Amino acid sequence: MTECAEQSMPSRLPDQTADVVVIGGGPAGLAAAVKLRRQGVSSVVVLERDVSAGGIPRQCSHPPFGVREFGRILSGMAYARKLVSLAERFNVDIRVRHSVVALHPGGELNVATPKGPLTLRAKRVLIATGVREMPRSARLVSGGRPSGIFTTGVLQSMVNLQHLKPCNRPLIIGTELVSFSALHTARGAGMKPVAMIESGSRITARRPVDLYPRILGVPLHYSTEIEKIHGRDWVEGVTVRNAQGDLLDIDCDGVLFTGRFIPESTLVRLSHLELDPLSGGPVIDQFGRCSDPAYFAAGNLLRPVETAGWSFREGEAVAKWISDDLKGSGQIEKTIREAKRVRVHCTAPVKLVVPQMIVPGSSDGMQHLQLRMLTRADGHLTVKADDQIIWQKRLSALPERRVLIALSALNVSETCKALNITMQP
Amino acid sequence: MEKSDLYDVAVIGGGVVGCAVARRFALQGARTILLEKGSDILSGASKGNSAILHTGFDAPKNSLELQCIKDGHAEYCDIRAKLNLPLLETGALVVAWSEDQLARLAGIVDQAQQNGIEDAVLVPAEEIYRREPALGEGVQGGVWVPNEYVIDPWSAPYAYLLQAVRNGAEARFGVDVQNGTFDGQHWTLHDQRGDIRSKLVINCAGLYGDLLDRDVLGQMDFSIKPRKGQFVVYDKAAADLLSAIILPVPSEHTKGIVITRTAFGNLLVGPTAEEQDDREDASADHATLKMLMDKAEELIPALCNMEVTATYAGIRPASERKEYRIQAHSDKNWITVGGIRSTGLTSALGIARHVYGLYEDMGYSNEALVDVEWPKMKNLSAHHPRDWAEPGYGEIVCHCELVTQREIEAALDGPLAARSPGALKRRTRATMGRCQGFNCTHRLAEITRGRITPEFSVGEVDD
Repeated sequence: MTECAEQSMPSRLPDQTADVVVIGGGPAGLAAAVKLRRQGVSSVVVLERDVSAGGIPRQCSHPPFGVREFGRILSGMAYARKLVSLAERFNVDIRVRHSVVALHPGGELNVATPKGPLTLRAKRVLIATGVREMPRSARLVSGGRPSGIFTTGVLQSMVNLQHLKPCNRPLIIGTELVSFSALHTARGAGMKPVAMIESGSRITARRPVDLYPRILGVPLHYSTEIEKIHGRDWVEGVTVRNAQGDLLDIDCDGVLFTGRFIPESTLVRLSHLELDPLSGGPVIDQFGRCSDPAYFAAGNLLRPVETAGWSFREGEAVAKWISDDLKGSGQIEKTIREAKRVRVHCTAPVKLVVPQMIVPGSSDGMQHLQLRMLTRADGHLTVKADDQIIWQKRLSALPERRVLIALSALNVSETCKALNITMQP
Repeated sequence: MEKSDLYDVAVIGGGVVGCAVARRFALQGARTILLEKGSDILSGASKGNSAILHTGFDAPKNSLELQCIKDGHAEYCDIRAKLNLPLLETGALVVAWSEDQLARLAGIVDQAQQNGIEDAVLVPAEEIYRREPALGEGVQGGVWVPNEYVIDPWSAPYAYLLQAVRNGAEARFGVDVQNGTFDGQHWTLHDQRGDIRSKLVINCAGLYGDLLDRDVLGQMDFSIKPRKGQFVVYDKAAADLLSAIILPVPSEHTKGIVITRTAFGNLLVGPTAEEQDDREDASADHATLKMLMDKAEELIPALCNMEVTATYAGIRPASERKEYRIQAHSDKNWITVGGIRSTGLTSALGIARHVYGLYEDMGYSNEALVDVEWPKMKNLSAHHPRDWAEPGYGEIVCHCELVTQREIEAALDGPLAARSPGALKRRTRATMGRCQGFNCTHRLAEITRGRITPEFSVGEVDD
């Protein structure tokens, strides 16, 4: 009967508690954890689902990382190692191979661990789960489903973590900053990208990075869209449609979809927390606090996509407010009692705004509203408090570029119901 | 064990029907071999379907198809716990969105009654909205069919064949039967790796069933008219929007587009019905996928904020006629199982029983196994505990679908080990979640190196 007895033993681990649990061991999460410890928070646990912490920079062989955080230019890998050793030095309890599977009200988490499922209760939880690139499926690209279709993330982790090449001659889709980093990684691994294509009339990243493919002799086609992927077991080629509407076959053995980042907000989507369909991340106020005040969020989960350095600083900032909140000090403490939060909305061509709630009259917390545009937009960026214009500025903005509005410039009255952000001619 | 090279039965084709037929014959004690030309089961039509376990309420009256659906449904419900296969007891609502469709509901109930599905009942619009509050405006009424369920379309056939193998059957992959000879008593099927001799051949070759009959049997009584169906899979968050399977009122031409939860916790929309000549080309196209999404968002408006996880297409082996083309050629020791167009997942176990009956009618009999082994499947469904809930799994490799290293190792091992990326995905769900491999492909590439074809990588980085 021993076997039966063993089988009926509960495999669940005893419940545990912590002051703050950080979900995600990337730049935002680790920076926040260190800051929390610096602020005197005694038990800070970082849950990292991967085999080691460090986040996306772990798989990036290229610089520049860490210029502002560590005062030197590092590769992504070196930066990730520095983040982890910094956290270890501050006695952050980093637990790798720990996957959070559900968020419950008040800071209760269900966690999968190799030693069995675990329930972890925290006074505060910081969600810092980052972003991922949009895969081929969500782009609704025509064609079969052969092997050889991947993203920059796959390319970089395969090349830099496993020393393997996903293909030899990829076609690169997109011209965000990450697309050029994909080009760099591919070339470094001995792959020969056949071309880059961009649906717009200019690159999405800042010039002059478009010189890079030119130097390498990799053609960059503008106003060109992917039409169909060919191949049964493995990619055999791609048909693209150019600006004139002509179809062109490109011979390649891989299709590399780059960028179009999406917040990794699965846990939020499947939880009680409010999600913002525009940003794809949780709804937060200017302290990074979610709809359940036990939860906070920071880093690229909030909006696609910023640099590791930005995520690091955002993690530190939100950590400070979490620590204030735990101590009952600072303005965050006042705002939670008064619970007065004004909703911030936006309409196209404004793609998203973060934070989605602000506390009027508070000078603490995030200092800016962060915006992104859906398309190239020219006009007057306008903030209305209910129907009243309270701020306006002439602006010409490209898609995916960060646009900031200083909160100190917005005089939001206590009676205001909502802010609306639009572009006006 | 006796070392004779003569099989009682050779099943050609490792789709869901072939797997179920092999299982039935193995359990009945027949010496059985399954021959599949792909590197894994489900390499053709059975790869992509809507994963619904049908009742047969709308099947043609008094048809063999209806009988097989009902038998298949009953047997699945009977054996699934022993094989640890999931069953999502959703029920289905046939929803009328116009006056015209509303008028046809009574006929649907009527046909269900005649088909022996007596619990199919009319439901008023208010009741439908009460049960399915996410449905968009315009519901006129519907028919509730309580025993339409959702299953795991890949684990089920895998379990059938694994049980066959564990009970003495053999399965060979990469065997493309192009010709064979019948000497009046036995068949000899030719393969590069050696001939296979069998008393009986069962053609379960799906999309190639007509060609196999033509080339080996020497007569072709039907022709396959491939019919493609495209699907869109929404993110798991979308599954909460729905309880039942939402079926359309069928028109003269098509059964129309279904919206259903999946066993894996997603929401599925499809299929289209596109006639084509190509038996292999399961490519999706942008405009059609967009049309499916528009249609789905019309029926469930909240879907507009949901992410798409995957898109795929399957090809149904329809024939020029509606009915199943199952025929025993007694003089040739050959049974053809063809034209199993879209209900095969449900009817397979029933078809297998029917085919075994035909075999007995031909004068054969075997001694059924007494001690039957029941292999337990790893549960992949979202509504039962998964492997990660048990300690000692190593690491979670695929984070979106919470697939463990232990599950991947198990899939790469054993008598029906996964030998291709597709096989590994179907056995474990690795890379089938919302990130589609962004996070785990590099680990899979490492774990599966030298063990599957094609690999996830083309080789080592140039130094």
